Amino acid sequence: MREVHAVVESMRRVFEARGYGEVHTPALEYEQVLTRGDPAAADPAYKLFDEQGNVLVLRSDMTIPIARVVSTRYATAGPPLRFCYVAHAYRSVRPQRGQDREMLQAGVELVGMPGPEGTVEALRVLCEALDATGLEGYRVGLGDASLYPALLAAHGVPAAARAEILHELQARDLVGLERAVEGLRLGAAATEALTSVPQRRGGAEVLDAAGPAADGLRAVHGALPAGVAERVILDLGLARSLAYYTGAVFEVYDAALGAPLGGGGRYDDLLGRFGRDLPAAGWALNVERLHIALVGERRGEQP
Amino acid sequence: MSGLNGLTLAVPRGALMGDTLALLDRLGVDTAEVRSNERRLLFREAGIVTMRPSDVATYVEAGAAEVGITGKDVLAEQPERAVYELLDLRFGPCVMVVATTAGDDRLAEALRRLGVMRVATKYPRIAARHFERTGRQAEIVEVKGSVELAPLTGLAEGIVDLTATGSTLRENGLVVREEILASTARLIANPVAHKLKAAAVDDLVARMRAALGGGDARGPEARDGDARARGAAR
Repeated sequence: MREVHAVVESMRRVFEARGYGEVHTPALEYEQVLTRGDPAAADPAYKLFDEQGNVLVLRSDMTIPIARVVSTRYATAGPPLRFCYVAHAYRSVRPQRGQDREMLQAGVELVGMPGPEGTVEALRVLCEALDATGLEGYRVGLGDASLYPALLAAHGVPAAARAEILHELQARDLVGLERAVEGLRLGAAATEALTSVPQRRGGAEVLDAAGPAADGLRAVHGALPAGVAERVILDLGLARSLAYYTGAVFEVYDAALGAPLGGGGRYDDLLGRFGRDLPAAGWALNVERLHIALVGERRGEQP
Repeated sequence: MSGLNGLTLAVPRGALMGDTLALLDRLGVDTAEVRSNERRLLFREAGIVTMRPSDVATYVEAGAAEVGITGKDVLAEQPERAVYELLDLRFGPCVMVVATTAGDDRLAEALRRLGVMRVATKYPRIAARHFERTGRQAEIVEVKGSVELAPLTGLAEGIVDLTATGSTLRENGLVVREEILASTARLIANPVAHKLKAAAVDDLVARMRAALGGGDARGPEARDGDARARGAAR
């Protein structure tokens, strides 16, 4: 545990220096609290009953519990509010896949600061925290959850078809996405745009392909400090599995591990569901994966 | 760029291997060593690892191979694997079907008289999803080997299995009752490699697309991976 503690403490020092106050919430939440945040996001794998028959669940992330805390304990505090946490979250697994049911997450939530300014701050703290752990080769994939839906709408894709295409994007099935788009018979230019844009990833040049749908991403990218910008890979097809994201989304990659180390994004509608309508952004890193990547980098390992 | 652009490719042994190696030859990958050595699994100099098709998604998801080739049937059986499906390679066409012994449809009879039918398969998740979607109660019996045996011995009333030509089914006196999905070989990529080695991955996709002939990589079927448009109601 000594190495894990060192990773966590180095991140805590960054959180502290940037004015993020650590919060604790119970591992058990009422099921209706999590599903109010996002029916799909909650995906609580472990449920139990209390003495009154209420359904309790083990939290699957910290964002929704913190949204609840903001509307209850910080109902009158003036924004922006800066929270950080180091806490366990629980997910369902498939047996014999080497997945953990319990994972240690370290993250921040920046409440009451809209994008792009708030997104930029969240990304800056993310990179500072990763730098503090000593991880060297990481990159941050940066996309926008509203980009592809806006593009579908701009090309006149009917709402019913949008859901199916977005599902293919989220499932990372680019063959299925291409077929679904081609099945709409939108004409060559629209088909080309809708099939190629989600595959664009790289520097600022990829933004040209998406037109006004990428304005949000353009604003964030233009405001990034140099130390963050050099880590960022713009990814127009980045889609995270949680439905509460409304704008910028990001994921952290390192060549020493085959899965993302963590991620986050903007969720401007979530807090309103708990009674305090504030824009927000946040991220979480999986500390165990971060540890694996650190060990891998020091060993000079490439997958 | 040339060859595999420094990427490690998981190559499926078995029915898809011949077409896979032929495609790699056209990309300028040296596959002579792979062809000449049946037992070796790892060909580091060529950037190739060989394995069972059903393991390809496992290795690629973990990043043990950055890209891989496997059948859509494998991907449909393991839909939660976090891998990118990049290209339909069009070879290895086959169909996932529901089959029973010829004559009266024993599955329909079991459903009518018993309320539940027993279906043997190597693809329990595809089978369960198919019967769930079509609103029929089925008890799925997972077997590892020749699934055609199950309806002949009374283990199950029917099977869900992959067929290319239908000859194994015919030889065992089985007939196709429904088609669930059409499958072809797919190029898949690890989600981290897809970002960190974007140029290498995109170039490989473009060269494979070109090697397959033209920019159109669509398979012969209008839309697979999806039973809605196909023979579910037959």
